[in-house]
Amino acid sequence: MAKPNGVVERSSVRQVIAPAERQRFFAGLRAAIPFAVATGIVGLPFGLLAIEAGLSPWAAVVMSLVVYAGSAQFAAVSIVASGGAVSAAVVAAAMMNSRFLAMGAAFAPSLPGPAALRALQGQAVVDTSWAMALRPDGSFDRHYLFGATSIQYVTWAAGTAIGAFGYSFVPDVEALGLDAVFPAFFLALLIGEARTHLAAGVAVAGAVIALILVPFAPIGLPVLVAGTAALVGLRRRR
Amino acid sequence: MSATTLIVGCAVVTFAIKAAGPVALGGRPLPGWFSRVVTLLAPALLAALVATHVFADGHRLQVGAHTVGVAVAGIVMWRTRSLTWCVLTAAVVTAVLRLA
Repeated sequence: MAKPNGVVERSSVRQVIAPAERQRFFAGLRAAIPFAVATGIVGLPFGLLAIEAGLSPWAAVVMSLVVYAGSAQFAAVSIVASGGAVSAAVVAAAMMNSRFLAMGAAFAPSLPGPAALRALQGQAVVDTSWAMALRPDGSFDRHYLFGATSIQYVTWAAGTAIGAFGYSFVPDVEALGLDAVFPAFFLALLIGEARTHLAAGVAVAGAVIALILVPFAPIGLPVLVAGTAALVGLRRRR
Repeated sequence: MSATTLIVGCAVVTFAIKAAGPVALGGRPLPGWFSRVVTLLAPALLAALVATHVFADGHRLQVGAHTVGVAVAGIVMWRTRSLTWCVLTAAVVTAVLRLA
């Protein structure tokens, strides 16, 4: 460390701004590039759907910037597009987001600092980053998560903008198969996650639980309740 | 205008939900059972999200061209590990099936 010139001075100042954290941030950002591309593609049908729901293109982009929760945005906007009430759409968004209660609870022990700061850091949780930043011991690399989220935030908004402003050039969302893009994205994440027999079994159980509840439970609740399949992890390992 | 209500409403509930866990449980050490459950949460929730989008429309269970599209996309993801090809395949297969 004790090298005799000003160059070292400057680099040691940079080290005070936590180089390890910055390195983790950019590692997460780089690792999330494929997700960011896909998130941008998924943003396109969202932008189109938002216009069909009666939002202006700018409103669609603002929604992606201030809400930033794909499944909730799809749920809310499709309710409005099919003539549903705004209140019902907001409730659906909340239900769809309820899985973030579980994800946020898991993320919480890895967050230092006062409550307000933890609340802000919790906003960075999205499905992809959350799964990417999860360590085998159940803790999280939060700077890695922030990096992974930041690049997807940009492409999500950009994809929404392209869809929303390009609406008049697109003949029909369903004819282009764009409604299949969103579930395919989550299936891809699932394939990355379900590597062990136990995880694959839990995935099947989660899907079955959700589908059993679909006919009568409010929108979004089936997905939250499906999370109970993970409780099999309470069983002691031998 | 209802668009403002929609956006503000969704933003507020999303913020509150994402903040709840970190505010209530921040900075505490992890018990062993907790991490085992947490690592299984992602497959459970993701599978449920996929299933409800692919096999259901609102409260009705049903399948369609998109079901096949997503299934083929899953095979592409499994074989190529490319997320971009996966989502593009889903759109193309679904669109082609709807042409027929």
